[in-house]
Amino acid sequence: MLRLDAIDAFYDDLQALAAVSFEVGRGEIVALVGANAAGKSTTLRVVSGLMAPRRGRVLFGDEDLTRVAAHLRVERGIVQVPEGRRLFPFMTVVENLLLGAHPTRARAARAKTLEYVYSLFPLLADRRAQLAGSLSGGEQQMCAIGRALMARPRMLMLDEPTLGLAPVLVSRIFETVRAINLDGVTVLLVEQNVRQALTLAHRACVLESGKLVLQGRASELLGDERLKRAYLGL
Amino acid sequence: MDPARRLGRAQIDVLAQLGVSTVLLGGIYALIAVGLTLIFGIMRVVNFAHGEFLMLGMYVAFWAYSLWTLDPYFVLFVSIPLFFGIGYLTYVLVMRGVIHASHNVQIFTTVGLSTALQNVALVLWTGDFRTVRPWHSSVVIRVFGTAFNLSQVVAFAIALGLTLVLFAFMKWTHTGRVMRATAQDHDAATLMGVDTDKVYRLTFAIGIACVGAAGALVSPLYAVYPTAGLQFVLLAYVVVVLGGLGDMVGAMLGSLIVAAVEVVGSYFFGVAWKEVCYFILFIAVLVFRPAGLFGQRGAETLGV
Repeated sequence: MLRLDAIDAFYDDLQALAAVSFEVGRGEIVALVGANAAGKSTTLRVVSGLMAPRRGRVLFGDEDLTRVAAHLRVERGIVQVPEGRRLFPFMTVVENLLLGAHPTRARAARAKTLEYVYSLFPLLADRRAQLAGSLSGGEQQMCAIGRALMARPRMLMLDEPTLGLAPVLVSRIFETVRAINLDGVTVLLVEQNVRQALTLAHRACVLESGKLVLQGRASELLGDERLKRAYLGL
Repeated sequence: MDPARRLGRAQIDVLAQLGVSTVLLGGIYALIAVGLTLIFGIMRVVNFAHGEFLMLGMYVAFWAYSLWTLDPYFVLFVSIPLFFGIGYLTYVLVMRGVIHASHNVQIFTTVGLSTALQNVALVLWTGDFRTVRPWHSSVVIRVFGTAFNLSQVVAFAIALGLTLVLFAFMKWTHTGRVMRATAQDHDAATLMGVDTDKVYRLTFAIGIACVGAAGALVSPLYAVYPTAGLQFVLLAYVVVVLGGLGDMVGAMLGSLIVAAVEVVGSYFFGVAWKEVCYFILFIAVLVFRPAGLFGQRGAETLGV
């Protein structure tokens, strides 16, 4: 479904990604793991179009998206939940959610998708009239995921969705991601929570200083000695 | 003690007159300031050419009146779409190139645009003071000892109506939500599939349509000449800072405050002092409450 082909990306002169290539198959959950500044978020920015790669191609289905503007990629079904939620703080929960349904594809089904989101996160229904900025961290994350779902994604990209959340909420978010995937949405997940991410994902890619150093089935990576030493502290 | 007993009949009349003048003036200032604050709030650009679009709006009303004796309040319905188009084109031709540039570049651009428009007006229409005198500008209405002319009341009512329509649009329509979202987080809006360039085009067009409409509204009340916009735009900056940059409700309340300062200051110290009065207020706000009188602290960087 998604294919990155030898992506090089730079912040000014600083190279953030070097020849990164990987694929995400339809219906998969692929985890992108690695240390801080390994290039995980940059990879998502390249896929969503917030950042243009210097070299390489981004393919979605049969289409080359490398030169397609970010907002048009959302129309194609690539939707990102940005790091740090990035809700619209001075708007209510329901306003945030309705904004998610901006793509033409999603506009018509807005009411129905809203019901689906409320069924996934009943708490958001209770808080619908509250300002998004006044929600707790976990609630904000639910709202951010809900807002992304309102766009009817074909592929959902989550950037550190559990950052700063209490363990009980972390499990809750992971369960939700699995449920969303079972409803037919492909997921590309960036996580620092390596063990749980690998338990959830079908496949995983490991980034190190902008290079893809390891990829494979998540269950196999869980047993990989290098990965264990580097990220799981075993 | 009952103030009515302490004050004589004449003083009450004066107070009433000052109050009425404040409200009538404030409504018109609000329409000018709302366009400015909308553009600033969403695009993060201070439009120093805002007053020149007001001047153009006044000239449109003037020429429509001189050539075809069209009433300014009728011309308004042409001015709004016309200035929407002018704003749209100005964005595409001038603003788009600098929207992601530094503030310095943006300031030079809009100040340059302002100077250019003033001089175009000077070349085309000379520096003469021109006036529009439709029948309603000489109709005086007297209510409870206060007097005001019909043009003022109509201008106020239309300005208030347009401002409220804009409020409703921003609050309850999907497009309005998209505009507010873009103001609060440009990248997050892009990730929701929002074409932010389209939002900016629309924002600039709406802001200029407001001030173009205001130009038609004030044309029976003030003379028009190439730098006529300056007197209004200076106070619009005061209003916008008072209300909190980018805050539309704040801009309305700020308009009333500035109008009150102007009206009361002019009455007690003379018209020449009115600018001194509201600039003292302006400096005081900048020193003591830089987020504006009503702005949430920190909101000025979020553009709400």
